[in-house]
Amino acid sequence: MHGITAENLSIGYGEHIVMEGLNFDVRKGEVKVIMGGSGCGKSTLLKHLIGLEPAKAGRILYGDEVFDPSNPRAEQIRRRFGVLFQGGALWSSMTVAENVALPLEQYTDLSAAEIRELVELKLSLVGLGGLGARAPSELSGGMRKRAGLARAIALDPEILFFDEPSAGLDPLSSRRLDELILELRDALGATVVVVTHELASIFAIADRALFLDAATKTVLCDGNPNELLENTSTDPKVRSFLTRGENGSN
Amino acid sequence: MAYDSAEWAGLNLWSEREVLVAEFSGVWRLMVARPDCVKVIEAAVKEQPNCKVLCLREDRLQAWDSSLLIFVRQACAWAESQGWDCDLRGLPEGAQNIISMASAVPSAAESDGSAQNSTDLLTRIGEQAISGQKRVGVFLEFIGQLAMDSWAFVRGRAQWRMKDFVVLLQETGPQAVMIVSLLSFLTGLIIAFIGVIQLQKFAADIYVADLVGLAIARELAAVMVGIIMAGRTGAAYAAQIGSMQVNEEVDALTSFGISPIQFLVLPRVLALVLMMPLLCVCANVVGMLGGMVVAVAISEVSVIQYVNELKFAVGLSDFFGGVFKSGVFGLIIAIAGCYRGLSCGRDASSVGLAATSAVVTGITGIVIADALFAVLFNLWGI
Repeated sequence: MHGITAENLSIGYGEHIVMEGLNFDVRKGEVKVIMGGSGCGKSTLLKHLIGLEPAKAGRILYGDEVFDPSNPRAEQIRRRFGVLFQGGALWSSMTVAENVALPLEQYTDLSAAEIRELVELKLSLVGLGGLGARAPSELSGGMRKRAGLARAIALDPEILFFDEPSAGLDPLSSRRLDELILELRDALGATVVVVTHELASIFAIADRALFLDAATKTVLCDGNPNELLENTSTDPKVRSFLTRGENGSN
Repeated sequence: MAYDSAEWAGLNLWSEREVLVAEFSGVWRLMVARPDCVKVIEAAVKEQPNCKVLCLREDRLQAWDSSLLIFVRQACAWAESQGWDCDLRGLPEGAQNIISMASAVPSAAESDGSAQNSTDLLTRIGEQAISGQKRVGVFLEFIGQLAMDSWAFVRGRAQWRMKDFVVLLQETGPQAVMIVSLLSFLTGLIIAFIGVIQLQKFAADIYVADLVGLAIARELAAVMVGIIMAGRTGAAYAAQIGSMQVNEEVDALTSFGISPIQFLVLPRVLALVLMMPLLCVCANVVGMLGGMVVAVAISEVSVIQYVNELKFAVGLSDFFGGVFKSGVFGLIIAIAGCYRGLSCGRDASSVGLAATSAVVTGITGIVIADALFAVLFNLWGI
């Protein structure tokens, strides 16, 4: 069953097309990684998937429903997903707890006490229990990301998007975050889409990975990263990427 | 044909059937003069017009750096423009790798479309006109969205936090009272000082109250507060929202389906529209007080005479006309600040530009609006 489907999707900014004719799907409950070299359009694709940029051509479907950011119906679809931005993107004028509470205040009828309880629960889930009163500026990079994750899961989303979750983290924090992503996927039953180029994360969490190529402006392959590595028919660029170029191919 | 410079960046060019061979020798370093790529190739092509392939290779090349790469890239670009093939297999392996790496990813200039920017003056004017038209469209879209979201606010459906609004009211109003009072007091003082000196020549010192009262109530209080708030609050709005844009905080709001205009712009616009008239009243009182200090100190006018003359000279229409204008100025400043913040780029320097631009736009808007008000008030007999 499909969580997200992209059909002949073209993405870009202004007049510039970054990728075109993208066709892929994300199955419900799987962890899908969008990978590729720097500047190939991974984050741009994510922005299109979450509706921050309109598609240049083609369409995105959530389940059977077409996602068009300019359509008022898009707000309903947006509430089905949570996003963790690269730097956490915590609202700096609010405390960590207020960050997590805001979506709950806006979209639920919970009482203030219930919201407080839920916020503490979400913060505990990401290992930040008791730190709700802190300002985002008082948190380390890894903590900000985890606080951003607590906010992203505030409304129990069906789909979670992660933009470069490991960026700027030490290997240990990065591994913890990977484990957290898998735990949350299992606990919430959510579909997860991760944009990254960190090989360790790709092999640790991806059920399937999509490789974007800047030169051809399209998807080079879509599959389990371990299988892609073992399969000799995999595009040499992808094999080179997955082996850090150590197999000698370019 | 051979180009051997004294500094040893050597280049030999000859043709083999349809292939024009360029062979590098000697030292190709940035500190060593190298031949002009296009000139030497075009000179060679004139002698051998049947060539269709450019073959670049090395022979006895002692050392090379980016100097060689510049030449090779220029030669490749020239060959491409002529529809020729370019053969780089004879170059050092390191140079081949760097050239292929550089061409693997589209350049940033191509990505943002700036590759098409022309240096031709007319083309640039045309491009600016087209981009100006687009900017007007984006601004009108912002105003339209703000109007729709204001309607949502009136119906009680706007997504915003009262706590943020209260903080904004505090920052915009009470925290600005000191600076507004100080500058208004000094302005009243200066006008009275200039006025008294002139009026004393005609023994008409008492009319200093009329001068200060009318100038401050009708024009100066509103304009002064407008300019102070454009520099203080308009810039702050642009910087706050611009920083949020840089840190993806605005994207985070959108991803939750929360309208940034409802959540960020509307409270700021409301705070400034509500606080500006109050600050204007404050500026009126303090400015007239400043005038009174000078009038009493350096002329024969007493406090009671000054106040009585003020009551006679400044009508309610003068006073409320100025206060009304300040509310409109508040709207202009808030829209300029928030619009510039939301249209801020994604880097730190864009935040500075957004703040500067918010102040310039705000002050320009205030002056234009003030001119329009002068005409309208004249027509309405205010």
